[in-house]
Amino acid sequence: MTSTITSTLSQEQHQQQGGRPSPVFYDEMRGLDGEVLPHYREYQEWLGSIPADRLKQKRHEAEVMFHRTGITFAVYGDEGGTERLIPFDIVPRILAAEEWVLLEQGLRQRVLALNKFLHDVYHEQAILKEGIIPPRRVTENAEYRPVMQGLDVHNDIYAHVAGVDIVRAGRGEFYVLEDNLRVPSGVSYMLEDRKVMMRLFPELFARYQVAPVDHYPDLLLDTLRQAAPEGVADPTVALLTPGQYNSAYFEHTFLAQQMGIELVEGQDLFVRDETVYMRTTSGPRRVDVIYRRIDDDFLDPKVFRSDSMLGVPGLFSAYKAGRVTLANAIGTGLADDKSIYPHVPDMIRFYLAEEPILNNVPTYQLRKKEDMQYTLEHLEELVVKEVHGSGGYGMLVGPASTAAQRAEFRERILEHPDKYIAQPTLALSTCPTFVESGIAPRHIDLRPFVLSGKDIRMVPGGLCRVAMREGSLVVNSSQGGGTKDTWVLEA
Amino acid sequence: MLSRTANDLFWMSRQVERAENTARMIDITYRMSMLPYRVMEPGEKWAEPWAVPLVITGLATAYYQQYPEVTPENVLRFIVLDPTNASSIYCMLHDARENARAQRGAIAVEMWESLNATWLEIRGKTYEDIAGGVSEFFDWVKDRSHLFRGVTFGTMLRDEAYKFIRLGTFLERADNTARILDVKYHTLLPSVQDVGGAVDYYQWSALLRSVSAFNPYRKIYRDVITPRRVAELLVLREDMPRSLHACMNEIYSIVSAVTEGRKLEPERLAGEIHAQLHYGRVEKIFEQGLHEYLLDFLNQINQLNDEINRHFLVPVYE
Repeated sequence: MTSTITSTLSQEQHQQQGGRPSPVFYDEMRGLDGEVLPHYREYQEWLGSIPADRLKQKRHEAEVMFHRTGITFAVYGDEGGTERLIPFDIVPRILAAEEWVLLEQGLRQRVLALNKFLHDVYHEQAILKEGIIPPRRVTENAEYRPVMQGLDVHNDIYAHVAGVDIVRAGRGEFYVLEDNLRVPSGVSYMLEDRKVMMRLFPELFARYQVAPVDHYPDLLLDTLRQAAPEGVADPTVALLTPGQYNSAYFEHTFLAQQMGIELVEGQDLFVRDETVYMRTTSGPRRVDVIYRRIDDDFLDPKVFRSDSMLGVPGLFSAYKAGRVTLANAIGTGLADDKSIYPHVPDMIRFYLAEEPILNNVPTYQLRKKEDMQYTLEHLEELVVKEVHGSGGYGMLVGPASTAAQRAEFRERILEHPDKYIAQPTLALSTCPTFVESGIAPRHIDLRPFVLSGKDIRMVPGGLCRVAMREGSLVVNSSQGGGTKDTWVLEA
Repeated sequence: MLSRTANDLFWMSRQVERAENTARMIDITYRMSMLPYRVMEPGEKWAEPWAVPLVITGLATAYYQQYPEVTPENVLRFIVLDPTNASSIYCMLHDARENARAQRGAIAVEMWESLNATWLEIRGKTYEDIAGGVSEFFDWVKDRSHLFRGVTFGTMLRDEAYKFIRLGTFLERADNTARILDVKYHTLLPSVQDVGGAVDYYQWSALLRSVSAFNPYRKIYRDVITPRRVAELLVLREDMPRSLHACMNEIYSIVSAVTEGRKLEPERLAGEIHAQLHYGRVEKIFEQGLHEYLLDFLNQINQLNDEINRHFLVPVYE
């Protein structure tokens, strides 16, 4: 989980506040004007009746449960044997039914267009020929995989699993911050958060009609089985992990167990006659679908990085021959690249002839003269990101930056304008959160998981990440970010 | 199931069993060292009690690379706590825990918790802790092993993973019992005039105790301890849980089950070894010579281990 969100007060809000420097953010419970929103009223009432001691005790119980199930992250300090928990907040984020309807429609539309874009780019390239996206954006992109050109994938689906990061800003509008189409993680936390909440607060689930999420592994398995090569009646699906030292290893074991499929490492697989097999105690067993949680670069040392010890030599040959499905496909990173991101609304118009339902964050592309001019003049207000960077590296957060940092970025931008984009800083929404001082607003985001098979499916909600420190806008687990259960209310 | 999973589980239980057997061996050494003994062959470093565990485990060479001479402290440090000795109890318990961690999804939660707790405890131990209560420490190691086996037996689904876990236990145990018996018979055999003497008696009784066979011996034979009866008890009697025959009963039935009706070498070989024990007689063993018999057995067990690797645990197909 590596995306970083940033925000400061927008111009407009400054004015609303009569120039006072205290920022105003859209709050999930109270909106902008402070009045508790209808879908939070019942919860607010309940919360008011609970003594703080009882909440503390509940939080402690939650911690014990997470420790017991072993939901941890980060690389195991080998000798220390330490496991860190991601902080869990016991106050749910609640979405009204109509809010989710809008989000779901927007997500379907977006992921459908992104899959169509990937198919197009790796086949006819109509969108490039029509001049909607400059061809160089694609062909010179580090995430573009020439080996995929002209190769057909089953059902034309590239991103079987997408984790789209969504934030709320301004007056409560939803914005897509990032489309994660490679190996998005975090869904295990979504599932475990719900399990823990139901154990801690059964009475709340009796009062509220919360849409269930725990069928996600079934939907995922079904999506993966649908992706099997033509003619395979009862496909064998395996989850390919980089191994136990990967920070998401817990999730890999969790999902494999929930789906009842084998959790394999590269060394467990081999390729013979363009077919992938697992080494089992009953002899070689054919594998038809690989839910891979390894990046493209490490999949096959014969085709990609030759020093990769994680992959399977010959895997690409089997893939090319259509004897095995990889989910997600190779080369999906192109579509979630930051230099492609600004074009997603145009993609939706081009492939679906529809207007985008979800907003993109306005993005200045510094290769454009006028955009660069504007950016250099407004560095203090903007967030500048490296196009291929992730996890908050190579990033300038204007409002929090020093003059020296801005000067440094100015030079870097002038030298390689192509490598950077800039975005206005968003006033991210907050959600009530239980912290040491009691219930207080903290900034949040949302990562719903979108599954693409014969049709597009998702469970209502997603992983809600929360910046636990006051004023902080960074929700990354590595920076003290926590998670919340997300409730989508039934209509 | 995945071969890698089977391999991790097989080694997990093997390492626990080996840690237990090492503890049993050293504990007996410790008790024997309190008896008067004579260096049988002057100049041979191994001919004293504290060298015996080094000989049994085959670690003497590695030991002498680090330590100039055999002293109780050095042997304890090397065999119990040395993190550079892959066969130390410390390393065995560490590796067992790592294997369990890698395969947490395949085992019962209680099994993981048991191995993890064992590791966390031994991790903090110093030589002084152990020297302050040698037998207590070895009892603790045995207890942890008993607990792990009991938890496995009491909580785990009887699936393939369970079979490979049990296979690791019994292969390790068979190997160990054969080694212990051979060392007493071959290495510690007193000169003719000592046979039947006090030292001889204590050595045999120590050996029996080290494999929990002292009281069973009394129950079964109600007579003096003789090498022939000890051999019969630890090689041929299938009601003795650490005897070669008892181990091979388990091994043969597990290997047959995981073979799933295929015609594979491990099953044939396990069947052959099992048949020798099942239909063997102690007179025949002594005709061949116990030492030779045990060497043969250890070779066969080794081969069986290789075949199990090749067909189940680390198969090579390309």
